Amino acid sequence: METYNLNYIKELEAESIFIIREVAAQFQRPALLFSGGKDSIIMTHLARKAFYPAKIPFPLIHIDTGHNFEETLIYRDNLVKEINVNIIVGLVQESIDSGKATEEKGFNASRNLLQTVTLLDTLEEHKIDAAMGGARRDEEKARAKERFFSHRDEFGQWDPKNQRPELWNLLNGKKNPGEHFRVFPISNWTEMDVWQYLHMEKIELPSLYFTHERLCIRRNGTLLAHSDYLNLRDTEKPEMLQVRFRTIGDMTCTGAVLSTANTVEEIISEVAATRQTERGTREDDKRSDSAMEDRKKEGYF
Amino acid sequence: MLNYKANELLRFTTAGSVDDGKSTLIGRLLYDSKAIFEDQLESVKKTSESRGFDYLDLSLFTDGLRAEREQSITIDVAYRYFATPKRKFIIADTPGHIQYTRNMVTGASTANLAIILVDARHGVVEQTCRHSLIASLLKINHIVICVNKMDLVDYSQEVYDKIVSDYKTFASKLEVRDIHFLPISALKGDNVVERSENMDWYEGSTLLYLLENVHIGSDNNHIDCRFPVQYVIRPQSDDHHDYRGYAGRIASGVFKPGDEVCVLPSGFSSRIKSIDTFDGKIDEAFAPMSVTITLEDEIDISRGDMIVRVHNQPKTGQDIEVIICWLNSKPLNQNTKYLLMHTTKDVKAIIKEINYKIDINTLHRLEEDKDIGMNDIARIRLRTTLPLFYDSYSKNRNTGSLILIDEGTKETVAAGMII
Repeated sequence: METYNLNYIKELEAESIFIIREVAAQFQRPALLFSGGKDSIIMTHLARKAFYPAKIPFPLIHIDTGHNFEETLIYRDNLVKEINVNIIVGLVQESIDSGKATEEKGFNASRNLLQTVTLLDTLEEHKIDAAMGGARRDEEKARAKERFFSHRDEFGQWDPKNQRPELWNLLNGKKNPGEHFRVFPISNWTEMDVWQYLHMEKIELPSLYFTHERLCIRRNGTLLAHSDYLNLRDTEKPEMLQVRFRTIGDMTCTGAVLSTANTVEEIISEVAATRQTERGTREDDKRSDSAMEDRKKEGYF
Repeated sequence: MLNYKANELLRFTTAGSVDDGKSTLIGRLLYDSKAIFEDQLESVKKTSESRGFDYLDLSLFTDGLRAEREQSITIDVAYRYFATPKRKFIIADTPGHIQYTRNMVTGASTANLAIILVDARHGVVEQTCRHSLIASLLKINHIVICVNKMDLVDYSQEVYDKIVSDYKTFASKLEVRDIHFLPISALKGDNVVERSENMDWYEGSTLLYLLENVHIGSDNNHIDCRFPVQYVIRPQSDDHHDYRGYAGRIASGVFKPGDEVCVLPSGFSSRIKSIDTFDGKIDEAFAPMSVTITLEDEIDISRGDMIVRVHNQPKTGQDIEVIICWLNSKPLNQNTKYLLMHTTKDVKAIIKEINYKIDINTLHRLEEDKDIGMNDIARIRLRTTLPLFYDSYSKNRNTGSLILIDEGTKETVAAGMII
């Protein structure tokens, strides 16, 4: 008898495509949150697969802190052109100018937290009822409890104690007026799965993920990219280092790692040997033990 | 580099009462299979020391939200991941307190295997029976009974044998195909990843070996062809002007181009013209693949319809007999309509009859008790506004399962398994 087995990466892919199609079928105005990071790049790739040969039937949303790596923006613009998809850009600077968000002060100032304000405003302005993101459950303990379809109340908030049970493949996207959903189609992927898949599918990535020379600052055990957005202490001196990034976010809080990995294969070997979680390089998570949980409740991505 | 092409995915759930050592067992699996990173280890070391332990408290690896730590409880199902060169594992970690039934049903609904923990000092208790019953009800094919805390009973074979024999007596009432038994100590690591040096009398495998090797290839139904249409793809572009593809995930069976198929509810038949994916056309598609099917003939098909083989059709009907598990604090109300989701179809339903409630500890039918609240399991009869195309849950998890949704709050209030 023939055996019908899917290997696990193909099974994860099939599950994610199923969820993305379910979003397109159940919601009026879905969108895909695109940060330029590898997870949202995979999400975009999966969305292309889900609707082929048609184009992706919903827009991408990019929340732009104004503190981006230039490489991210170049990558984003090329991708949008190549796959012919609509993109909505929400500017944190606009939220600051309109007084809805207040810029943080001091040496550790970051616009990471302010993104929530801009995100919720952008979703409201475009009446988005389902925002898909590339968050994974292996990233962080608050995310380990997320559903695929995560319900948000009319204030955009997450209530971990009142989540809808999710059974079999039956995803309940029913909602009352004013409520919306966050959807996480790659919940079941790990960092290693993501890299394996990028390799398997030969997906192009922003150059930041590969080794390069960069001026960095050492702060609290993290290497931060030197930029105009960073306030330096007197003791902090930029040094030129051979680094790459494991995650890509706002320049002020994304840490680099010392690495000479120049290809996806080399990165996979590095990830397999590494003993730090990828969010270990994120200053935004280090603010407290429940930093992610607190931000999620407020409506953070 | 992992050989991902050969790897399979095993989804399992863990059950145990409070203090059976469930968190420690999961922590042990993650720790010994090296799925724990240095920064997580550092944080657990610090916490263990600050609590005055002279050992690493492995249960802290699965420590959850601040809201939970403050109340020392686990709120909800959490998912954990680890991989070995043989398989990738997804653990649905369900807490063992009051809302237990609801959480275990949720975790069990997607699992191939259930680990049920028994404290060696206490033996088979009411909770063990309850967990086993839920696993059997949800048709989990493989059950692993881990007799834990063997270190606290001097690794005694006698104690272990007694528990195995007690459990077998009880389990004869259940419909489970494959039951395994293991003596372990999650705290000390005996027989979890490494073989125990303290139990020479045990000749079976370790837990990890079992998880890596249990045969799951036949867990999917590859006989009855069922394709619930999820989404209709119509590019309406110049290149694909007349393209009309039916996107969805194969629920069961194997589909091939040229197959004669029938579309429900219309009953029209046609042939499969092609099975399309982004990576090209494929020769066959089986569960759980996500594909797009095109047909030779133009038939009006939309979401909620089902493509099946002409000579192997599901049942069609509006009166459905179901075993439900109630998941919501608002009890079942017989005088109201519920929304019902089944495959990709949405209908409304009323509950025509509550046949009986099941005593989850003894399996007894409570014919007189018709009050169904949170965590209750009951057999009911539903009437739907439109026909469903379904199979019995025991034959087909995908076409035999449904959920009920409250029309007001839109919350998922019940999980149903069609008889």
